[in-house]
This record gives sequence, C-alpha cells and structure tokens, in this order.
Amino acid sequence: MTLKIIRLSLRTIYNNKMRSFLTMLGIIIGVMAVVILISITQNATSGITDSIASMGSDQITASITGEDVSVSRDSIETLNSYGVIDKTAPVITTNETVKHNSETGSYSIVGVTNDYFDVQDIAIQSGRLIADSDIEWITNVAVIGTETATDLFGTWDAVGGTITIGKRNYKVIGVLEEQGSSLVGSDDSKILIPYTTAERITGQKSVSTFYIKASSSSSVNVAINTVESFLLQITRDEDSFTVSNQSDVLDTMDDVNNTMSLLLAGIAAISLLVGGIGIMNIMLVSVTERTREIGIRKAVGAKRQHIMLQFLCESCILSVLGGLIGLILSAAFVSVYNTAAGSSATINWSIGMAAIAFCAVIGVLFGSYPAAKASRLQPIDALHTS
Amino acid sequence: MIKLKHIYKSYSLGDEQVDVLHNINLHVKPKEFISILGPSGSGKSTLMNIIGCLDIPDSGDYILDGEYVDSCTENELSEIRGKKIGFIFQQFNLLPELTAYENVEMPLLYHKLSPSERRERVERTLTQVGLIDRMKHKPTQLSGGQQQRVAIARVLAAEPSIILADEPTGNLDSSSGAEIMEIVKDLHKAGNTIVLITHDKNVADQAQRKVYVHDGILTESEART
Repeated sequence: MTLKIIRLSLRTIYNNKMRSFLTMLGIIIGVMAVVILISITQNATSGITDSIASMGSDQITASITGEDVSVSRDSIETLNSYGVIDKTAPVITTNETVKHNSETGSYSIVGVTNDYFDVQDIAIQSGRLIADSDIEWITNVAVIGTETATDLFGTWDAVGGTITIGKRNYKVIGVLEEQGSSLVGSDDSKILIPYTTAERITGQKSVSTFYIKASSSSSVNVAINTVESFLLQITRDEDSFTVSNQSDVLDTMDDVNNTMSLLLAGIAAISLLVGGIGIMNIMLVSVTERTREIGIRKAVGAKRQHIMLQFLCESCILSVLGGLIGLILSAAFVSVYNTAAGSSATINWSIGMAAIAFCAVIGVLFGSYPAAKASRLQPIDALHTS
Repeated sequence: MIKLKHIYKSYSLGDEQVDVLHNINLHVKPKEFISILGPSGSGKSTLMNIIGCLDIPDSGDYILDGEYVDSCTENELSEIRGKKIGFIFQQFNLLPELTAYENVEMPLLYHKLSPSERRERVERTLTQVGLIDRMKHKPTQLSGGQQQRVAIARVLAAEPSIILADEPTGNLDSSSGAEIMEIVKDLHKAGNTIVLITHDKNVADQAQRKVYVHDGILTESEART
C-alpha cells in the first residue's frame, strides 16, 4: 500500500516534470547554499584551527603593551624558578632588509634566546642553534628558516654563508626544520638572531613579548595566573599586559565558527522555508486540478487518511528529491571549486543529511495543509467537477 | 438488501429550500435487477448518491444489508462504499494516468488484500470483460466501450454486494452501449444485485423491475405526463 503510494507519487512528479522541477528549485537552491557554504568555510577554518592546535596547549604568550613600564630580561628569567613554568623565552621582533649576493628581501628578524627553541618546539635541520654564549657575546650570527634559506641561497647550503642584515654581516649558523604555515606566520620565512644582538639593532631595552612553556598542559592555567600576578607586581597596572594561551585562541576560533555556522544554518532554514511555501503552493494547485481523481478514489472506498497520505507523500518526495538533487549538485560544485581554487574542500555529509532530513520535515509541514484540504473534499462534489 | 424508508432530501439554493427527494420508499431484494427511470432534474441522481452512500438523506432510514447508513461518518461511508457498492458511471471515471490494470487495482489498494490476491482479482476481472490483452493501455488509448468495460472490471474486482450503474450507456454509441448492457445482464445472471439509473426507456426495459422518479417522488408505475 505505502509502496504503491510512493510509486504513484513518483509517477505524478514524473508526469509533471517541468512543474515538479520548478517546485523543487527552491529546495535545491536552499540545500546547495547551506551545503556548499558550510563545506567551504569549514575547510578554510579547519586549516587555521589545526595550525593553532599544533602549536601546543602548554604554550603561553605574554605581551607587555603599557608604554611606561619596563620589564627586564633578567626579571623574566626569575619566572623559571616557579614549578609550573618550564621555560621562558623573550623575543624582539623587527623588520630589516636582508641581502645575500644579489638576492634581497625584507624579512622578519626575531631576537631570541636559546630557550626559544624549546618553548616553541622548533628543531634544527642543519648547523647549530643560538647558544647562551651568542647571547653573552652579542655575536652576529643567524639561524634561518627553510624558506629564507631557499630564497637567499637557492640550492646552496646556507650554513656557513654570510648574509647582510641592515648594514652588518651575519654568519648563518643553522637552518630550521620546516614548520608549515600558521596563523601567526611561519618561522620558515624568518631570521632568528641572538636576543642581545637584536636589542642592539633596535635599541629596545624592555621586553615587550615573551613566550612561556608550562611544565605540563594541565598546569597551563596555574602558569597563566603566575605570569599574570608576576607582571602585575612589576607593572602595577593590569591593563598594560595580556597573557594568553593557544586554547584561548582556539576557543575564540570555535566561537567564530559556531556563529558562522549558525548564520549559515539560519540562511539555509529561511531559503528552505521559502522552498516549502513553493511546494505548498503547487500542492494546492494540484489538489484543485485533481478534485475529480480524489472524488473517484473516495467513491471506490478511499478514506480521508488514504487521500491525506497520498498528498503528503507527494509533497515529501518533492521536497526530499529536491534536497537530494541539491546535495548532488553541491558535491559537483565543490569538486569544480576545488579544481578552480586549488583547495581541498570536502562535502560535509552530515550537514547534507541534516539538510535532507530538514527537507522531509518541510515536506510534511507544508504538505499537510493541501493534503488535509484534499482529504476533506466530498466525493459527491468532487465527482461532478470535470 | 436495500431498504429506503421515508427518505427526504433537500438542498438550499441561496435562501430557497429545494426539495429534491420526497418521501422515497424503495425495497430492492438481493439478486434483483431494478432500473430507476426518470428525466433529468427528477432527483434520480440524488437518489443514486444516497443509495451509493455518497450522500446521506435529511431524514428517513436507509438500511443497506441490515446496516443503518443514514447516521454514518464520512470514513464509515467510505468503508461501506469500498466493501459493498460498485459504481459504473456515465463518464467511466477512470484515472487517466493509470493503466487499465492499475485502474482496476486502485480500489483494492484501500482493502486489506495481499498483493497476490490483488493480482489474481485484477487479472480475473479483466479477462471477464475481455480486456486482459489491453491491461497496459491507458484510458485514452481505449475506446469508450472498452473504457466502460475497464470500469466494470474495477467494480467486479472489489466484489461489491450492489452494482450501481448511472447511465452506463449514456456516453456510448448504440453498439458499444448494447455490448455494455449485455455484460450488465450477464452480471445479473451471475447473481449480482443491480440498480440501474437511466432516463432511457429502452435501457430501463432490460431490467426485471422498473420504478419511476418524477419531481422527487418515486412510483412503481410510469407517471402520466
């Protein structure tokens, strides 16, 4: 019985191909909008969140933004005596023009201490790291990222080479392992020099940014509190510094993601609702057109619920079929988009399934009024219309 | 089988109340072949609607197979129609998008029948009306007489107690009409109760018994006009 009704509905839809397609169009576009947009944005944001997560959750960043406060490097090192803090690494960042032979470019120069490599979890590919002695003697040495190495030295081995930063020559002592890109920019394209050397170039005496590695991921929150109270003690102004952790950034990203998803779901819901109204409209026309059929069916014994089921089934199939077509078209669109934009977005099938389920609900919701109207037709009136 | 007692039916047209049926009393015995004869506007269609459980009377009793029909709900009427009454319409009333087979099968879908029993009934009745080789055809691909025969197969497949034929030959040429009347007479011989409604005296004459409806009044003998 149910199978027969489904087959009958499919045939009715097939017999009115053009009308059915136009009716489904609203649903098709609605489903495409939500599936394509969510798939593409999720692909974009997952890349960002992945790179944030890869930085490690035991890492804390402290920035001192107050103008009149001065924090010395030595005072920061006293933080290392706390049990919850493993290591601290102050940094000085500046931009300089860098030359090697005929190759020139503007690079981000970062003054670091030896602990920086531990805190940031960066290893060396060849050569050596910046050592404590380099800090002490304010040597002109540099550790460069892989990208910088390729840019300046091409295929030549960079270690042992000499580059010019500003007006002074620096000896390249090491090349970092490849990091990949991240939200805050990659170390691949940076040049690391001893902290003290950077102090000399920039003339900066106070520490403005430093990284802290907590002794474990579980002690991160305690470590943050420790750093905050330490900085408050020095600066006496809680607005003059910020202390943050990767998980804070991840939380913010999640918030942004959720808001975006909610927004997209809202748009999708509205367009599907509009599609549903289109279905209701056509179903009402269909009921009027098929008054005679309804009359005949009732005359030979169809009850109200039989007629109701038939029309509900039809609107449901229209709506779900529209959803499926929308999903297939979305998959096609995303693969074309990937080829064109060189990205690797994948269809979010769970969103697709949710959209289809929503379509079924829409079909029932907007089909029920026409179906009820059809089921209430009196056979005697219905038979007399021709 | 059919007992109509003091049936009244009126319709309101605007403010005016129009009496369509006036104190109708009719008794149809099982296996009887009766024709109800009357000109258009006499109320015979309304009478057919009431006998066919498509409509209920304003007052009076209608007892069908021992069951009082006049107080049934809409769904109960549907059930009675499905089980007990088979309609043969002037307009055939086949569903145009269904094949002959599906048209005959359609009422059976509202009964609780197994698919194999459904198929058996459809094939048997289509054979009976001589259209088994046309079962894949749609109504538009069939002649008027053939369409009416499909409609008769549809009635037979549901195995009703009463066959109600409303001007069954009205839309047919005389030879197809005669053919249909032969089938109707055969059905009567096979033991079916048949109520035939017509304005055509020649058609009505083929029944065992004739009653006349004139201005909403039913008489056993022809009204003098």
